[in-house]
Amino acid sequence: MSEKSGSGPSGFDRRAFMAGAAGSALVPMAARAAAQDANVSAASDPALPVDVTLRVNGKDKRLHIDARTTVLDALREHLKLTGSKKGCDHGQCGACTVLIDDRRVVSCLTLALAAEGQEITTIEGLATDDHLHPMQQAFVDNDAFQCGYCTPGQIMSAVACVKEGHAGSEADIREYMSGNICRCAAYPNIVAAVKQAAPEIMKG
Amino acid sequence: MAVQALSTAAAANNPLTKATAQPLAGGTTLIDLMKLDVMRPAAIVDINSLARGWSAIEPASDGLRLGALAKMSNVAAHADIQRNYPVIADSLRLAASAQLRNMATLGGNVMQRTRCSYFRDISYENCNKRNPGSGCAAMDGVNRMHAVLGTSDQCIATYPGDFAQALIALDAAVEITGKAGTRSMPFAQLHKAPGSTPDIETALQPGELISAFSVPGRWPRSVYLKARDRQSYEFALSSAAVALDVQDGTIRDARVALGGVATVPWRAREAEALLKGQKFDDGLAQRVADAAFADAKGRQHNSFKIALGKRVVAHALQQAVTMEI
Repeated sequence: MSEKSGSGPSGFDRRAFMAGAAGSALVPMAARAAAQDANVSAASDPALPVDVTLRVNGKDKRLHIDARTTVLDALREHLKLTGSKKGCDHGQCGACTVLIDDRRVVSCLTLALAAEGQEITTIEGLATDDHLHPMQQAFVDNDAFQCGYCTPGQIMSAVACVKEGHAGSEADIREYMSGNICRCAAYPNIVAAVKQAAPEIMKG
Repeated sequence: MAVQALSTAAAANNPLTKATAQPLAGGTTLIDLMKLDVMRPAAIVDINSLARGWSAIEPASDGLRLGALAKMSNVAAHADIQRNYPVIADSLRLAASAQLRNMATLGGNVMQRTRCSYFRDISYENCNKRNPGSGCAAMDGVNRMHAVLGTSDQCIATYPGDFAQALIALDAAVEITGKAGTRSMPFAQLHKAPGSTPDIETALQPGELISAFSVPGRWPRSVYLKARDRQSYEFALSSAAVALDVQDGTIRDARVALGGVATVPWRAREAEALLKGQKFDDGLAQRVADAAFADAKGRQHNSFKIALGKRVVAHALQQAVTMEI
């Protein structure tokens, strides 16, 4: 997040944002006080949404959203990219996994504001033209799902798992895919899919 | 609520000096607890802009320095850490999931809230950590995951991290940066046992951030063993960080720390004392394990952790003694 390093003498850059809180009435007052201390001159009604530009699947997307919005909600509710799924919304299931600057993360615990300036890749950005990504094809070939709800997260996580070098054995695949829960328990087929796709992905 | 970006921790008007502000690093605990309404900060200060200066992994011949904003996954995968500090690499590798390790930082990891299922659920009013003075629902509740060491009559929540056990075992120091500059303290003094104030978990003051950790020496003969309900992506029921210096079959120095069983990162010094100057055998392992849990107090559902914890300590010692280095 080196984009945030440009700063004024106050120690804060001009990307300081204010937004309202839906909770206690005390919260916006406290937020205003913090804004004064930080010498933030933004049109600082903390109840207002903030401007955020997210780079998603190679395209810049301008958003006007609550400062607390996660990447997952920005994708699903504001950009209509509903491939990334909301399972637990607490980082426990992996259904919302996306790549940020090529690293797999859970988008439900990532604030959109904190992802600004980085490259977000979702399941919608994986295929090229009419060709499925090798991992997508491997999931089809190996019947690596039943209901399919966890599948976008499984596939995004699996792509990163291979690129990290953690798909060398079935034991490694199981260990390094443990952040993606499948309630249908398609695990043996998911492992088979990752094994199938790994050589092709590593070949580039 | 405000979300701001911070570019220098020593800034004169650092908003983190307000107790109602929270720093955001990886966010994996903070955002989770905010969604649960357990934490309701008035402002969030994004400190990731400090990463360029605060994320270095610097092994040297006489010790190791780790930037507080280094990601858990990057440190776990570092060849020098795996070779000379396997207890650190394994404590990080066996924590959380691959996604969370990519997000979470070392500083954030040790600062994650000490928490239990009742702390996380605001429908329980009685939680001394969340609502000081309100009581503790866990004492007579479902306390299978709770602590057996370092507890008080106010709180029995287990310190949930893994990396901290490696740090406390290796006599690490923590470098803290704030308004007044930088100070250093033994890592063992960072976390506060619950006592009568379970809402106060660390010695950090508002406005202070952890900027680095330093570990003296090298510990190639070291292991982190973690027993849990499922094989991966789960908190410890009991874990042990063990580091040994063995010469000609004699244990010259020994470090033992316990996780999953205590309210804070737990150094088992009585256990260490039994090892020093001795030759290893199964009987010694058993005596060491017994000493480590001599003061443990089980409750209705968690007494099994005492028996389990002793076996984990004995097994970790066995692994450390026999490992190839």
